[in-house]
Amino acid sequence: MSAPRPSAYLANAVRSGGRSAVEVLEESLAAIDAGDGEVHAFNLVMADEARAQAVAVDRTVANGEDPGPLAGVPVALKDNLCTRGVPTTCSSRILEGWRPPYDATVVTRLQRAGAVVVGKTNMDEFAMGSSTETSAFGPTRNPHHTGRVPGGSSGGSAAAVAAGFVPLALGSDTGGSIRQPAALCGVVGMKPTYGTVSRYGLVAFASSLDQIGPFAATVADAALLFDVIGGHDPADSTSLNRPTPRVLSVLDDGVAGLTVGVLAELLDGADPDVVARVRQAADALAAAGARVEEASVPEVVLGLSAYYLIAPGEASSNLARYDGVRYGLRRDAEDTVAMNTATRSAGFGAEVKRRIMLGTYALSSGYYDAYYGTAQRVRTRIAEDFHEAFASFDFIVAPTSPTTAFELGAKAQDPLAMYLSDFCTVPMSLAGIPAISIPSGLSEGLPVGFQLAGPAFSENRLFDAAYALERAIGFDGSAARRRPGG
Amino acid sequence: MTTPERITRADVAHVANLARLELTDEELDLFTGQLAQVLEHAADVASLDLAGVKPTAHAMAVTNVLRPDEVRPCLDRDEVLGQAPSVEDHRFRVPRILGEAP
Repeated sequence: MSAPRPSAYLANAVRSGGRSAVEVLEESLAAIDAGDGEVHAFNLVMADEARAQAVAVDRTVANGEDPGPLAGVPVALKDNLCTRGVPTTCSSRILEGWRPPYDATVVTRLQRAGAVVVGKTNMDEFAMGSSTETSAFGPTRNPHHTGRVPGGSSGGSAAAVAAGFVPLALGSDTGGSIRQPAALCGVVGMKPTYGTVSRYGLVAFASSLDQIGPFAATVADAALLFDVIGGHDPADSTSLNRPTPRVLSVLDDGVAGLTVGVLAELLDGADPDVVARVRQAADALAAAGARVEEASVPEVVLGLSAYYLIAPGEASSNLARYDGVRYGLRRDAEDTVAMNTATRSAGFGAEVKRRIMLGTYALSSGYYDAYYGTAQRVRTRIAEDFHEAFASFDFIVAPTSPTTAFELGAKAQDPLAMYLSDFCTVPMSLAGIPAISIPSGLSEGLPVGFQLAGPAFSENRLFDAAYALERAIGFDGSAARRRPGG
Repeated sequence: MTTPERITRADVAHVANLARLELTDEELDLFTGQLAQVLEHAADVASLDLAGVKPTAHAMAVTNVLRPDEVRPCLDRDEVLGQAPSVEDHRFRVPRILGEAP
């Protein structure tokens, strides 16, 4: 059983002509072919397009040119990232068959870096969910235990990396949708500072929270992918125009001398086995030279409530565009309002309908101040409290998810129970700060995630600390990797 | 901040209509219970003293993002219209939007 091949080595082998991109791709496609019937990480495998891309990468190398830092590395995309001419469904019936007329900025950047896009991964419908069970195309299964959920909403991307189908994948994180599935699948997942990665071509869910970020088997691979996708983009007016440090170059500074705060409020609601693993990881940080203390950010316990008013509010507005007029599904009716209503009623699943109604209600006349307005004030308080905590601590650490992967169906009929899965991840989203989840071991065979969060724009130090901690923990995720014939 | 009344079946029906969603009787019953549960939980946002706290408009505030007013290429018209369920004369076609003439 081989270790996951770090993408940097893979890319260097392709750049130097030691391996061909076509051969690397065929290995990935064979692994998907052998294992994805069981896992269902992919909505679509783009074998033809990927082969053409791989041939082009090899031709570039043969011509003596450099295809880029991700030369020949297979990458999977969450199915809410637009790919020109290739179906982009958001795992919703309402977009089935839609072929976007443009590529997301991150897709363009991947291709310019020489990466090979192998397919679109399954997700909760419009990224609304924490288990990938709200997908209109059926759930993804956790490669560590196929009776369990992979987390969500980017469950397909997390599972694709955990199963060894691809070394890298992109997801989107609105309230934890990268970090929580990374935790449940035993891989690395990172949500950047809001505005660091362009959202152009990411189908909008809650625009003040949505961020694209990397999945990988290792911290160094996640950093490599972050370096490729980050940076200012004039096509996204919320993209920040500031220099983005290349994080990969700083990945060996260690954690000696850093002060790390264990966030007490987020340990309270977590399962005892999760708390034990998080404590162990904190001890490993201390053993590596960090000063580890208890931290308190009292308002984070209100994060979940604020999030489930703000995000549905924004979603109710963003999803008004699915009206059967310009793209996707249409259910005909005698007038346009009836057509809009018939289309939306047939095209959206139950969770999306719930969130749209929740958001419409929270924004509606008479309730706006009590719900949405108050939630946005709570959001300000949470951001201020984090800011204050970072005066004393370099990083805050916490569980990524209060539980390990739960059984398929366990929470599917209980929206509030499902929402509580996001308890440990929404506070950072509300504050707009970066956070990374790395595997901190197994509990009864299921991965436990450890979350590190830092102040805005601390990505380089955050990756660095995660890298040092990863080496101290020495997590082995090989049990979940599916191989051709294996 | 006072907590609003519990959401009713009629509220859910009203909101569904605003959101252009048609719900069956069973869905109305189910969603009313589920939304009430979520809103009850969310009501704890009112527990904090928020006097003088401004609402967040953006996590990382940027203002007045402008670009030069230059002609640039846009999406290909045929490619965009090619995705539409119904098209006529290079325009999106929809069913009638006004009532019958009297």
